[in-house]
Order: sequence, then structure tokens, then C-alpha cells
Amino acid sequence: MSALPKPLPRITIRLAGQTDFDGWRKAARALAMREIPADQVGWAVSGAASADLFDGAAPSRDAAPDGGTAFTVPRSFVEAAEAVICHSDAERFSLLYRILLRLRREPDLLKIASDPDVRRLEAMAKAVRRDIHKMRAFVRFRRIGSGADERHVAWFESLHFIVERNAPFFVRRFTGMRWTILTPYASADWDGERLAIGPGATRADAPSEDDAEALWRTYFSSIFNPARLKVKAMQAEMPKKYWRNLPEASLIPDLIRGAEDKARDMIQKLPTEPAPHHAKVKARHWPEPDVEPGPDDEGANASTIPELRAAAEGCRRCPLWRDATQTVFGEGPEKAKVVFVGEQPGDQEDLAGKPFVGPAGKMLDAVLAEAEVDRSEVYVTNGVKHFKFEPRGKRRIHAKPNAGEVKACRWWVDKELAILKPTLAVALGATAAQSLLGKTVPITKMRGQVVEREDGLRVFLTIHPSYILRIPEPADKEAERGRFLADMRAVRELMAA
Amino acid sequence: MATLPLREKLAILSDAAKYDASCASSGAAKRNSLKSGGIGSTESTGICHSYAPDGRCISLLKILLTNFCIYDCTYCINRSSSNVRRARFTVDEVVKLTLDFYKRNYIEGLFLSSGVIRSPDDTMGEMVEIARRLRIEHRFAGYIHLKTIPECSQELIEKAGLYADRLSINVELPTDEGVKKLAPEKRPETIRVSMARLRSKIDEKSEPTLRTKTRERFAPGGQSTQMIIGADATPDATILKTSSRLYASYRLRRVYYSAFSPIPDSSAALPLMKPPLMREHRLYQADWLMRFYGFGESEILSARPDGMLDLAIDPKLSWALANRAMFPLDINRADREALLRVPGLGTKVVKRILETRKHRRLRLEDVGRLCQSIAKVRPFIVAEGWSPGGLTDSATLQARVAPEPRQLSLF
Repeated sequence: MSALPKPLPRITIRLAGQTDFDGWRKAARALAMREIPADQVGWAVSGAASADLFDGAAPSRDAAPDGGTAFTVPRSFVEAAEAVICHSDAERFSLLYRILLRLRREPDLLKIASDPDVRRLEAMAKAVRRDIHKMRAFVRFRRIGSGADERHVAWFESLHFIVERNAPFFVRRFTGMRWTILTPYASADWDGERLAIGPGATRADAPSEDDAEALWRTYFSSIFNPARLKVKAMQAEMPKKYWRNLPEASLIPDLIRGAEDKARDMIQKLPTEPAPHHAKVKARHWPEPDVEPGPDDEGANASTIPELRAAAEGCRRCPLWRDATQTVFGEGPEKAKVVFVGEQPGDQEDLAGKPFVGPAGKMLDAVLAEAEVDRSEVYVTNGVKHFKFEPRGKRRIHAKPNAGEVKACRWWVDKELAILKPTLAVALGATAAQSLLGKTVPITKMRGQVVEREDGLRVFLTIHPSYILRIPEPADKEAERGRFLADMRAVRELMAA
Repeated sequence: MATLPLREKLAILSDAAKYDASCASSGAAKRNSLKSGGIGSTESTGICHSYAPDGRCISLLKILLTNFCIYDCTYCINRSSSNVRRARFTVDEVVKLTLDFYKRNYIEGLFLSSGVIRSPDDTMGEMVEIARRLRIEHRFAGYIHLKTIPECSQELIEKAGLYADRLSINVELPTDEGVKKLAPEKRPETIRVSMARLRSKIDEKSEPTLRTKTRERFAPGGQSTQMIIGADATPDATILKTSSRLYASYRLRRVYYSAFSPIPDSSAALPLMKPPLMREHRLYQADWLMRFYGFGESEILSARPDGMLDLAIDPKLSWALANRAMFPLDINRADREALLRVPGLGTKVVKRILETRKHRRLRLEDVGRLCQSIAKVRPFIVAEGWSPGGLTDSATLQARVAPEPRQLSLF
């Protein structure tokens, strides 16, 4: 066994103030460079303006000069240390120094959240953060003076040494105000241009009342719902130690005492006659009760597209209306001789209430323009008029309508066709073909063909433009777009014929 | 009509707003008054400046512009047939109250709602004017939340979005049938279209413009909504389904659930009982599971045949007990998605477990230091030197991990 190292003299570091982070850092760095163990160092706070470093020990002749071979620590440690230095626990300086020493050999130490030193560091940082938050919440300014002499002064008792650290928040928030926050150990003062940190004060130095407090108390007692009394929940967030400086807190005991009776009164108060003005309001604003159209004959008597569209707004023929925003009805001139039928509205169409306004609609527009088909001359609609989707987080994933939904919605497609009497219908995709022909059609096989319905309507079959958007390979996508363009040119020929 | 003193108006119009659950002042863009020299700031999270004895935080001056209303919604204290005392603030009064309270650090900002008088546009127009005066004339940089009236014009919504941090539109009740029954004059279709328009506008304005690359300011805190729970017989499963649809469809930041509270001068159509606070709490927990824990709306209640959340234990524990085949999970190997399903492990704890295990293998006591209570977690995990053995499948597991019945905090 080697000889025990000679015990070093205990070193005491005296810091300039409770939150003297720079003093701590300078001393800690020098000590760490000399590998002085943490249990050899004591930390004290002097009231003096300057720190006399290495008090009680030989001056650190062999310590590295500032900016010399200083070692680096993670940024996260500096940030945590700046907060923890504000903690009221006298042990904080030595904890920070111990972690600093350990960081030289364990650079990842702070990432090991289960380490007891790291836990302690985080608990202290958290306590400081909480106190800072509570100060932001529970400082209550009282106004003194008026006009040019107007000032706002607050008295606050913090648990930790947070005034300096928290003052910039109040500057950011109350820039246009002159204010002072007094606490037992320090004060902060903002004159509209400059922040000054000064000595502590007593409660008597702060004003004792403010004319807004009566209103504030009125608000506090009126916003409380006695039927929901939850005293523990209140105290968890607003501990009693803060109460004595909160003007509203004196009301709390009475509010709690009276809550039960008030809640019972509310529950037991029997319904009374309607208020006297109610009949007048009703007559003026709600003269006729809404008559809901019957579920089966809605739109049956419509002779124009706008009438039909209005009837379809309340459509309940299948359950898809429940989740969708609105019915997305067809659009286009009533003299249109060509009808384009898509599958169903998507996310964008559902929001806008118009068909083909989303990405697939833009694709269709572009290809129609290139094929020289005038979109303003055609009527565009969908086989199913409500958006069907699965919610996933903040998005809606398109879901394919089933045969029953397509069948239910054919009521509207048939009515549209009956009013428009087109000579040509273009089925965009399988669902559209199913809607127009009443049966499933192999769209890839029959694409480009014209099928004539029993009523004489010619139906041109092609893909849905969203199919092109889903092709990942650019070359394939371009090729598919070319085929779709050819289809639209064929449509133009048919329109002319 | 004789005008009431301000203090009486405040009493009436904050009383009228106390049944409204939403209170958050979070989600606003960072902003302060250093440059403008005005008053106010919003930072990452809102600040609760006080707490009422009902346990709810007070972060905003939450008032109605007026409690006169042409609607007659059965559950609402301000409905047209109610005998409640009526009052109406002037635009100036609301502006002054907001500033006076803000300067004393009582509040984070204003949450303004209103009964509808004369017409939706008249009422919304005054609300927008209040927000405009605060922002422009008084350089107020605090939080402003406006409750939008669905029937008002699109133009007013666009103006509201310029000045407000958050806009909300109430869906009122979880189902259209419920709205039809209890709020006969409100139209669910109009409410949905309004939410859709608001989402489109927020989407549009959040795109960087070609010219400046900066984003135009429009309701940076997004939109939220609120529904009343327990005024009709809608089960929790339907409520969660509605929420999940609303989140996906309109990108809502929050759906608030407001336990139906008895109101004085109540309508005979409503239950006379204490508000179902525990149910409301469980719905919020389930909502969190959907938003932050990757749970689908349908799986949360898959093991509950009645479609109601278990009031005795939280929904995650309830789910885990019904899905024990997935457990125990190896804390040193399981992926994030799986760890998030362990009862007692929150998003923060999971993050730290993932970070820490890059450097060392975790023992049960390591996990214990990271989470609040290891007792709840233990049966569901394997750690270095720890295996729950038969505990995971034990018939008495629920009794071991379920908390003693007690009143839980709401927020």
C-alpha cells in the first residue's frame, strides 16, 4: 500500500454575494486545474464587494492564469450552474464544484439522469425555476403617484436568490412602466430605461394598497364556480406561503366555507318561468322553427343545380356526413354538355366546400389546359360528396368509400345528370365509373374507352388524377401524365363530336 | 336603461364566464414590449397568476362582453330565457380593465367571449375593436384570446386573427344530435364550416410569403374549441372520437372538456347534479394519450364495453391492464413508442431513459429516480437485475398499482 497523501489544508473560498457566479467559476476553475478534491474546499459568502479568493490557503501560484489551459465543460453544465447558484441551499457551491471535477473524467455525466449528483443538480435547478415562475406569477404591483410620477411597486418574498436572474423578464414585460420589486435580500428597479439591482427592503417600504384591488377581488370571487370546489388542487399550485402578499387570498377561506351551500342552492333552484324579454327575442330572431327536409325526398323537386346543391347540404343518406365538414357539391355551368365525375372530396375540398381544389384538382386543371379543354365549359363533381377519412394525429388519411356509400350518393349524381342532360360523362377513376355505370369496372384495362349507358349517355373511362401524384419515380410520373393528357385530348375530340 | 357601476358589471360578466373551462394562455408566439415601449409579453408558456378554490388557474381576465344573448341554449346561464341579471361592458371598459389588471401583474391577458346581441357581426365587431385598441393604441403585447361567433363574417374573422393570439369556436356538445337538442338555434354545420375556414386561413398565413419570407401574423396560438360533458348521455367513446376528428380536421391546439355544471335557474331538460369532475379529468388524460403518447382514439376504450372511461384508474393504466401481453417491456431495449405505453412513464421520463441508456444500463432504482412512483411502473418493465416474474399477469395487479380512491387534481 502506498503512503497516504498528505492531507491538504482546507481551502475556503469567499464569494462576493449569494449569486456570484463569476466568482465561483473563477475559483472553481483554478481549484479544478490543481485537482483539489471537493471535500477540501469550503465556500462562504461575504457581504464584501470583492471576493478574496483562496482565503485561508496559499494563493494559487500554480493555478493556471485565466484563459490559459482552461478546460471545457458542456454548455448544459454552465446553464444549470447559473441557475443553481441562485438556490438558497449553502451546499450548492460544493455540489457544483464536485460535478465540475467529475466532468473532467466523465464528460457525459450530465446525460446520466439517474446519477445522484446529477439528480441533485436538476432538483435544485428545478426548484429555482419554480421559484422564478412563482415570482412571475405572484408579484403584485401597487400603483403609486399619477401622471408623470406614476410608479408600480411590489413586495415579494422569494425562496431563493432569484431577483437578478428574474428581473429581465419584468423588463421585457413591463417596459413601458416604471416599477420596483422589493424583496428581503435585494430589489430591482426599472425607470423605463435602466435596470438597477439594489439592496433588500422590508414590507413596510412597499405601498399597502391599490385602488384596483377591489375590482380584482370582485373578479376572483365571481370567476370561482362553487360547484367545482377543489381546495387541494388550488393549494398545490398556490401554496399558502405566498398568500399573505396576494390581495385576493384573504377571500379564499370564506369562498371555501360558502361553496357547499352555494352549489346546493344552484342545484336546488328550480327552473323558473322564462325571462320576460325571451318571447320578444324569440319572435324577432327565431320566428319559424327550421323544417328539416324528409330523408328520402330531399332534392326531388329541385329543377336547378343551386336548388339541388342546397338540398344536398343536409344529406344524411349515408353516415359519411358525420365526420366531414360539409357536402362538397358539383360545380360548373348548367349548360355544360360534359360532366367530369371524380371519386370523393379530399382534405382541401372538404375545408373549401368546392370540388377539385386540392393537389389532384390542380393536376386536372393543368392537364385540361394543356389539352385545350375549357374547364369553364364543363361541370365537375364527385361520385361521393362527403370526405371519408381516418383521423391520424393532426392529419386526415383518405379512406375509400364503400359500395353502399357510392350507391347512396348516386341519388345526387343522377339528379345532377337529369338537370344538366350532358352528352358525355368522364369517369375519373374506379369509384366514379362505379357511380356512373352502377357496377365495378376494371379501369386500367378499359381506360380510354367509351361505354354507353342505357339512357344513351356516353361515359369515357380514365384514371383519377391523384393516381399520377402518387407515382414516386419522376420518369414514370411524367409518362403517366402523358397518358392522362392523351385521354383528355380524346375527351376534347368527343366533346366536339 | 340605467348603467351599472363597473364593479357590478364585472361581477355579473365574470360570473357569466365561470362555466367556461378553457383558460390556457400558452402557444403564443414569443413577443415582448422592449421595442414598442408598451406593456406585455408572451413567452414559451403562459403563467397562472392565481388559482380559484375550484383548483382552476386564473391566467386571463375571462369575461363576457355582454351576457345578453339571442340564443336559448338550454345548458347556458346566459340563454335568452334565463332570469339572470344582465350587463354589458363598453369597449373602453374592457380595454381599461385589461390594462389595469395587467399592469398589476394579476393576469397574462384577456379571454373575451360574449353573448350574441343584435347580430353576430355587431357583437364580433366590438370584440375585434377591443383587441385592436389594445394592440394598436395601447401597444399591448399580452395574450388575447377571442371566442369567435361562428355566424359572423369572414372579414371579421380575418381582422380578429390579426390581433388575437388564439381564436376559438365552440362545438358546444360532442354530437350534432346533442346540439340540435340542447342548442336548437345553433347549427353544427355552420360551426364546422367556420372551423374549416379558420384552419384554412391559419394554414395560408403560416406559409412564408414569396416577397418577404417572413410569416404574416394570424392567430399564432392556433384555434381551440370546447364541448360540454355530461349534459346529455353521450358516452366517452363518442366524445374521444369527436375530439380525434376535430384535431385532425381543423388542427386544433386544444379541445376543452367542460363538465356540465348546474346553473341557477336551470332548465328542466338538464341533470341536476354536481359536475362530473373525475370524468372530465379522465377525458383530459385520454386526450393527452391521443396527442402525446401515440394512442388511437379507438384503442383507449377498446376494453371497455360500455364505452366509458374507468373512473377509478387512469386510462393508460386501464389500457395496460387490458393489454398485458405487451408487457413486461425491457427498459434498456424497448423503443420510444413502446416505452410511452408503460403506466407511470411520461414523455419526459421516457426521453431521459433513452438518453441515459446510451451511457449505462438502467437498473430498477435508476428508473425509480427518474419517475414519480416506481410502484406503478415495476410490474410492467424489465430492467438490469429486475424482472417482474409473474407480477405482470397477477390477478391482483390492479389492486396493487391502482391508487387509493381520492380526488385528483384537474390540471
